[in-house]
Parts: sequence; C-alpha cells; structure tokens
Amino acid sequence: MNLRSIPLSAWIGIAGITIAIFCALFAPVIAPFGEREVVGDVWLPAGGDFLLGTDNLGRDLLSRLIYGARTTIFVALAATVLSFSLGMILSFTAAVMGGFVDQFFSRFNDLMMAIPTLIFALVVLAVLPQHLWILILVMAVLDSTRVFRIGRAVALDVAVMEFVEAARLRGEGSTWIIFREILPNTLSPLLAEFGLRFAFSILFLSTLSFLGLGIQPPAADWGGMVKDNKDGIIFGISAALIPGAAIATLAICVNLVVDWLMKRTSSLKGGRGDA
Amino acid sequence: MPESSSAKNMLLSVRNLKIEATSYPPGEPPKTVTLVEGVSFDLEKGKVLGLIGESGAGKSTIGLSALAYGRGGVRITGGQALLDGKDILTLDKNGIRSIRGARVCYVAQSAAAAFNPAHRLGDQVIEASLRHGIMNREEAKKRALYLFRVLGLPNPETFGDRYPHQVSGGQLQRAMTAMALCPNPELIVFDEPTTALDVTTQIDVLAAIKHAIEETHTAALYITHDLAVVAQISDDIMVLRHGKTVEYGTTQQIIEAPKEDYTRALVSVRQTKRDEAPDQTGTQLKIEHISAGYANGFKVLHDVSMHLPKGQTLAIVGESGSGKSTLARVITGLLPPTEGRITFEGKELPRALKGRSNDELRRIQMIYQMADTAMNPRQTVRDIVGRPLSFYFGMHGAKKTARVKELLDQIEMGTRFLDRYPAELSGGQKQRVAIARALAAEPELILCDEPTSALDPLVAEGILNLLLKLQEETAVSYVFITHDIAIVRAIADSVAVMHRGKLVRFGPKSKVLAPPFDDYTDLLLKSVPEMEIGWLERVLKTRRMESAGN
Repeated sequence: MNLRSIPLSAWIGIAGITIAIFCALFAPVIAPFGEREVVGDVWLPAGGDFLLGTDNLGRDLLSRLIYGARTTIFVALAATVLSFSLGMILSFTAAVMGGFVDQFFSRFNDLMMAIPTLIFALVVLAVLPQHLWILILVMAVLDSTRVFRIGRAVALDVAVMEFVEAARLRGEGSTWIIFREILPNTLSPLLAEFGLRFAFSILFLSTLSFLGLGIQPPAADWGGMVKDNKDGIIFGISAALIPGAAIATLAICVNLVVDWLMKRTSSLKGGRGDA
Repeated sequence: MPESSSAKNMLLSVRNLKIEATSYPPGEPPKTVTLVEGVSFDLEKGKVLGLIGESGAGKSTIGLSALAYGRGGVRITGGQALLDGKDILTLDKNGIRSIRGARVCYVAQSAAAAFNPAHRLGDQVIEASLRHGIMNREEAKKRALYLFRVLGLPNPETFGDRYPHQVSGGQLQRAMTAMALCPNPELIVFDEPTTALDVTTQIDVLAAIKHAIEETHTAALYITHDLAVVAQISDDIMVLRHGKTVEYGTTQQIIEAPKEDYTRALVSVRQTKRDEAPDQTGTQLKIEHISAGYANGFKVLHDVSMHLPKGQTLAIVGESGSGKSTLARVITGLLPPTEGRITFEGKELPRALKGRSNDELRRIQMIYQMADTAMNPRQTVRDIVGRPLSFYFGMHGAKKTARVKELLDQIEMGTRFLDRYPAELSGGQKQRVAIARALAAEPELILCDEPTSALDPLVAEGILNLLLKLQEETAVSYVFITHDIAIVRAIADSVAVMHRGKLVRFGPKSKVLAPPFDDYTDLLLKSVPEMEIGWLERVLKTRRMESAGN
C-alpha cells in the first residue's frame, strides 16, 4: 500500500480519528482545566479563558470534551470490537457447521432481537451493579445480535463456494475454513458494518448516559454532556450542541475511513467474483 | 472477402468499425482500451454471417453494434454501420428505438436470464411487435403461433400460455428466437444461442433456428466460439481475434481451405485422438451398485457400477442432469451414497467425508469446472498451491517455495506467477493453477469435473495436453466428467455413458464408441457437431429419436 493512493476523504477521516485518540490519550496534559473542576459562572459564552464556554455547573466545556473523548471512544470501541468478535465467531460457526448448531444460534439470536434493545439495556443495567465493564459487555452482547445476522448471511454466501468445498475435501478443520477461507472474503461488508456499528455504539452510549444509566457523573462523556446542557437550549445557549457536534464528527470520520478500506478490499486485485 | 453482389440486396454494411471502452485499473489513471478496430463486413438480405473467435475477441461487441448498442461503458467511436444504406450509428435516440426490436432483433445466450419470469411467454414474444405498432394483438398472436410451429415447439397453440420456468432450456431458447422473429425483422443477432445447452438439445435448437431463418428470409449475425456449429448455419464466416479480423470468407473456404494459421488451428482443434490402454484389467477405483440422492428424497443415481485401472482415464459422459457430477461428489465423500460401496486401492472408502483420514483425502483430488470459484480470490498462487504441501507433508519455508516452483514448472507456468492473485490470471492459467494444487497433494486419482468446458477451444486443448503429459509423468488416474465426446475420444481409456442417473453403457473406449449403439449413446454421438458443411442436414435425416421431448 502506498500513501499516495489514499484519497483525500480518507485522510480527513484519519485526521479526525487521530485528533480524537490523541485527546483521549493525553487528556490531563492538553486539557486547560480539570475534568470536575468548577472554574467559572454557569454557561459562560465561548471566548476568553474558556475557549468553548462553560457548562451548566460552570465547568470548562473544552476540558470536559477532551476528557469525555476518553470514556466515549474507549467504551464505544471496546463494545464494538467485542460485539464483532462475538457476533462473527458465532455467525461463522453457524454458517460453517449448519444443521442444529445453526438453528440453535439463529433462533436464540432471533429471541434476543425480539426484545427492544434500549428497554433490554435499561432493565439489565438497572439490575446489575454500575461498573464500566458491565456497561461495555451489555452493549457488546446487544449489538452482537445485529452482527450475527449480517455475518451469517455473508458467510453462507461464501461457504457454498467451491474453494471452501475444496478446503473441506483437503480435510481442513473448521478453524482454517472460518479464518482463512471465509473471513478474508467477507471483510468488505463486515468493515462497512463495523464503521456503522461504531457510530451506533457512540450514540447508544450517549443515549444511555442521557437516560442516566451510562457513564456516571461527574465523569465526562459526550452523551452525558448533551444531557447536562440540554436545558440551556431553551435559553438560547448552545453548550449542548458542542458535544453533539463532536459525536457527529467522529462518526463521520470513522465512516470516511471505512469507506476507503471497503473500496480497497473489494478492488479487482484479490476481489471476489467480478474479475 | 466474399464476392460482392449487387448493392440492392445489401442489408447491413459495416465499415471500419472502431469500438473503445475505458478501463479503471486499480491505483492507476483510467485508460482507453480499443476493443474492436478496422472491422468491415457485408451482409445480404436473407444470408447468415458467422462471427467466430475466443472470449475477448470482440464478437459480441460487434454483434451489438448492429443494434447501435454498446454494453456498459463501451463506445462505438468510429466507422459506419449502414442498414439499408443508412448509418444507424449516427441516429438519435428515437431513430435507434425505431430500429431495435423492430428491424433488428437480438437473441441472447442465456434465455433463462433474458425472459421475465413473471410474465407468460406468449405476451413476451409479441410485446415488441405491439410496442412498435407493427401488428395488432390478433395478428401478432397468429404470427407467434406460426413461429412456434416453425420452431418445432410442442403444443404451439398453448405454448404461449406458459411461464418461462415451465419449459426446458432448449424450448426457452427457441421461444426467444420466436420473440426475435415475431416483428418480422430484417436482421437478427444471435449471441451464442446454443452455448449453454446440452449437445442433444443444441442440435434441435440449431435445426429450428436454421429452419426458421430460411422460412422467414431473415438475415442473421451468428456469434459463437464453436466453428463446427457456425459451419452448419452460416453462408459466410468472419474469424476474429483481439478485436481484429483474422480471416473473412465463405463458409466453405474457411472450413476447407483456411488461409491463416489461427483459422487452421481452430479448424483442426479437437482432432487429437489417443489410443486406449490395451490392458484394462486392474482396478484402482471400483464403484459398486451406488445409489445416491438428496435429503429431500430425490434420487439422483440408480445402481451405478464402474471401475478404473491405475494410471488410466475413465470418462463419464452425459448431458446435464445425468448425475455425472453427483457421482463425483459421491466418490469424494461430499454426498454419502445411500447404497453401494466404493473401493480404492483394495480398501473400502468410508462413505462420508468426515470418516476419511487425511491420507485417504490426499490420494483423491478434484479439479473443478470453474477455476474462478474453486480458488480463494484472496490467496496468491503461492498460498493456493502451497497449502496442500504444508497440510499433507508439513513443508514450510524454502523447501515449500522450491516445491511450489517445481509444480508451476510442471504446469508450464513460470515462477513470475507466484505472487499473483487468481483475478490476475487468464482462464486457462487459473485452471492450470487448480491442476497444480491437485498435483501438490501427490494424488493417485484426480476427479476432473468438466475442467475445459468453460474455456476457449485452443486453451482447452492446451489443458488436455497438459493433463495427458502429467499422466505420463506421474501415472495418476483420471475420472474425467464431460459432455463432450470429442474430449472423450482425445483422452479416455474407458468410457461410462450416463443418462438420467443410470449407467447406459460402460467399457473400453473402442467398444463404447463403436456400434451397435443403444438409442441414447447413438443420439449423443450424433449430436456432436462436426467440422463439416452439411453435417446438420445429414444427421437430421438419420436421427432416430424424437426431438419434441427436448
């Protein structure tokens, strides 16, 4: 791969993600104020000491945005990666084994999908103790049902190809077939799905925080910040829009990168079918 | 060029045609590719011109230019196509519309894909005539009925009431010919109309098409890669290669006195014959009373028995649906038989794939019809050929690479292909890599499932010669599944003829392919087009079996 072949849109996406990750990693160094520090009046306008103004309690919005990147990206990324690992392993196993295993996984998946995600999450999170890893796990398990659906569909498409049959005839085990024969040929749709799911994870986490079951205050996260400042909108104060814009920007950046990756993996060289 | 006749009778006159397309190689700027250059020909009213060439020769592209049409991204950039003296390439949209489907019609290769499954055949056949206002519904229906009769379709009165899925592939292809003939066009473009059909069906469709164009005095462009087929039907032949004319002349001249080397190669292709092995007593593979079917109870194979001596070739012949590929699946263990047993090297093979040891799997390898789908598109040639080496023999590193190179040499491909992906290989090269993968396992038996039927004749011949050479070098046995009698003649030692899941005939090649024949073998043998003018008429006269069933 050479750097020149990366299109401008992908560069924009990469830049956006890099900034977000940089903020997350070095939050204590670059943030002008502390995460929980009340530094001024409530809802001060942008400018002066406070680049983006202050929030509903008089904390610096920029600092909270930088600290918020930490929790938001970490939780969303962890949940997405986990849900993909889980969903893909289960769906590929179902597609390759077929028969009872397939039926069992698929019907159980239907059962999970039959319950509205948000209500399910609210019930489970309300019952379980409030730990970050529990939050991640619940998000991952709920999201993995969607990944399972897509994973099984694309894997079934590939599993009936003759090169998979050839591998079976060679005596290869399921692990080889799943990871070496099927996985590389299903990457394009799954990558596209990954970008989408990551964006959804951020939104879902924000929703949960907004409802008070996600990240617990006073820790900052972008969804929670929208919730904290939402009342300001009534008074014409735009503090709630800033974390909202951050969520949107990150989601767009991730998808710009994924679009490029998808084009690369589905190009003629090593592409499936249409050559 | 054939002798020119009076301009009065000239229907289509193509002059210096140039067709281009834009290709988008990954990571490079788009570039313009010339598909067809400097092609000229004349077609008189009521005559048939055959366009012949291998894939990529531009024959379909030229055929479609007679409808002033370029397929996805293809542009006609130069030359003229004069239809009755008027250049159709300069017409505007409405002008073209008044020609397509009215004066010039098109018959596609796959009728199954070209018909709308949701409408009755009759309505689709007369649609163009109604749309162009050529006839009213009554007249069009009458014309369709007449055409169904001419084309020898069963129950012509009610044939139009059926849906596409209710008739066979051969009938569908004839219905499509009827659709093209219905508006009474001056010219029909046939784009490989019989390529996807079985030989026994092909001959019916061919005869029907020939009869219909004679009856209706329609001119035709007949596109195919099979010279033997085009020799039966056309008055003139144009041989194309890489978008340029190789040779253009009357059918008689092309078949009997070809001038160019390439044409000569095409005419003489498939004429290699090999004598069978004199001693056919041994049995490496023994198939006894095999019956097999699918889970829904549909039985595909009925009590099939045959055997194969070591180092020889058994050809299994039959049309689609005869169960020949299913038999291969049974031998590999992919489809466990319901009855019977298979013995290999004196030991009974476990029925199902799961029960077989890696060594048993190694000894029987398989080559598929479509090399594209039989190789993982995300693996390089090195990985594809190298995997059996590391899987069966535990090879790795330099030793493995050296062996892969050796195998590439054996299949007559250089080491420069090592790191290419299948998409970067031609059809013939892909099939060679698939053969190398099979060889890598050092098998004793290779099952070949129509490995050459998707390839151009000259490329296919190269593959067959390679297989024969490998057999001499490694004493591997082949079970060769095919529908092509010419291939059987070329490579087989013994032959099994299959029909509807039953074994019709089995024995040494000299016995199976010599009279006295049973009805089915006779039909099969007589249906194979021969490179000879007048073959079709001769066969139709002597054919014993009723063709209406097809």
